Amino acid sequence: MALEESHVRRAAHLARLAVSDDQASGFVDDLSRILDMVDQLQSLDTDGVAPLAHPLDATQRLRADEVTETNQRDAFQRCAPAVENGLYLVPRVVE
Amino acid sequence: MHDKTVTQLAAALKSGELSSRELTSHFLQRIEKADGSLNSFITVTAEQAMSQAAAADKARADGKAGKLTGIPLALKDIFCTQDVKTSCGSKMLDNFIAPYNATVVEKLRAAGTISLGKTNMDEFAMGSSNENSHYGAVKNPWDLSAVPGGSSGGSAAAVAAGFVPAAMGTDTGGSIRQPAAFCGITGLKPTYGRVSRYGIIAYASSLDQAGPMARTAEDCALLLNVIAGHDVRDSTSVARGVPDYTETLNAPLSGLKIGLPKEYFGDGLDPEVEKAVREAVKVYESLGATVREVSLPHTHYAIPAYYVIAPAEASSNLSRYDGVRFGHRCDSPLDLQDLYTRSRAEGFGEEVKRRILIGTHTLSEGFFDAYYTKAQKVRRLIRQDFLDAFEDVDVLMGPASPTPAFDLGAKKDPVSMYLQDIYTIAVNLAGIPGISVPAGFAGGRPVGLQILGTHFAEAQLLNVAHQFQQATDWHTQLPAFAEENA
Repeated sequence: MALEESHVRRAAHLARLAVSDDQASGFVDDLSRILDMVDQLQSLDTDGVAPLAHPLDATQRLRADEVTETNQRDAFQRCAPAVENGLYLVPRVVE
Repeated sequence: MHDKTVTQLAAALKSGELSSRELTSHFLQRIEKADGSLNSFITVTAEQAMSQAAAADKARADGKAGKLTGIPLALKDIFCTQDVKTSCGSKMLDNFIAPYNATVVEKLRAAGTISLGKTNMDEFAMGSSNENSHYGAVKNPWDLSAVPGGSSGGSAAAVAAGFVPAAMGTDTGGSIRQPAAFCGITGLKPTYGRVSRYGIIAYASSLDQAGPMARTAEDCALLLNVIAGHDVRDSTSVARGVPDYTETLNAPLSGLKIGLPKEYFGDGLDPEVEKAVREAVKVYESLGATVREVSLPHTHYAIPAYYVIAPAEASSNLSRYDGVRFGHRCDSPLDLQDLYTRSRAEGFGEEVKRRILIGTHTLSEGFFDAYYTKAQKVRRLIRQDFLDAFEDVDVLMGPASPTPAFDLGAKKDPVSMYLQDIYTIAVNLAGIPGISVPAGFAGGRPVGLQILGTHFAEAQLLNVAHQFQQATDWHTQLPAFAEENA
């Protein structure tokens, strides 16, 4: 499956990654080579094979719905780029 | 002291021949003197280490020492370490001081071990050469023009150089076993779920697993005893008892059935690496094992399947780096979109961006079934290959890597780098454990013998590796670099 620059642009948009025009053409080359290698998968017959998401076929364990975490807002916000009064600061979203 | 194993150093601490302070300061001095040439550490926590060592000596004086109390170690910079920079090899996390400890770190602390610092790695564990680090490449102590392997390259180089007797790594596609092989040390990737992933910065969550890197299988057993086990904070960690992995190290190997996957001895395998591995297998025959050829027919689909599944999981895991709650934030963002897209573009390196884009593309509408679902089906076939093989044999053996360590800068094309992991990557897709042990040299650079077992066969792998190390002395050989810097 050939990769177009529009695919790279769409992926970059979905991944919220700024990509310049120069970079985009470089990524088209690199990603095309990777996908050419990946395309070997298409030659394998997998009809009737169930997808495997987890190597041990584990199921999600459940626990009681109880509060176990303590409030560590100050500790967690110490590594934030910008906070004020316990809130994370971002550029204005609503005018 | 730098050439001693954890087991030997623990005995010296116990007998009172050495204090933890002496040991810790000895290794810190070696790092300070010589790591400028290797770049194996991102952060050295000398002050904390010395105060932990003093506490270890006090615990011993008070009769409260455990087996590993006072042993210095290093941690790959992927393990969150409270109040210590935890960068994951990325500019994105250059300013990240972890607010909590990974379970592995907590358990190693509780066992009384001392962390000397955080080791270099490929950014977000994406790489096979340690050249993808924001903090620069790591050099191989056996040959400074060679890579140490990756992504746990700093941990492997630090152990090989005698900077620490052991270090922790993680392995998503070979990142413990391949650098262990390249640096001539022993590295164990446990079964998926054997060790908690809590606090380990996520790359591909269905593949990531932490494990020990040390000189010997015996040391790996001691460390696995500490770090293995169920953790309520990692729902994929397995609720299953942890045996004492040291108890079975000396079980005799007579009657052991070894399988040699024919696909692991094909095109692309360096002849000297093959020779070393076949010599190693002969050692096992002399110990009473029987050897037969087996087939893992889907081997050549492992790298293509991995490069769908791992980037898909990575693209999801790395969406958390948004420049808002932690990590790098761009200057003067124009609006929220600009904040996200520029912070991420500035914070991530090239290889990380490639994998995010591949993962996002293969998960996107119109491509999901052809790539992601297809790769997951192939993953089942790959796992089944191993399960079928383990019906007939006890363990599989082969090379950990098709070549010895390659030169720095030798692999510029990402796909040629990916193909290096042909013998390690299927193991993560299947979730089984694997160990690499030193088994000779090719062109003066170390060769690793990889031994694979079925799910939760760590005790058997460690036994099989330990018996090899009782019969050979490859694991005791040190690079000249380690001696010159004594």
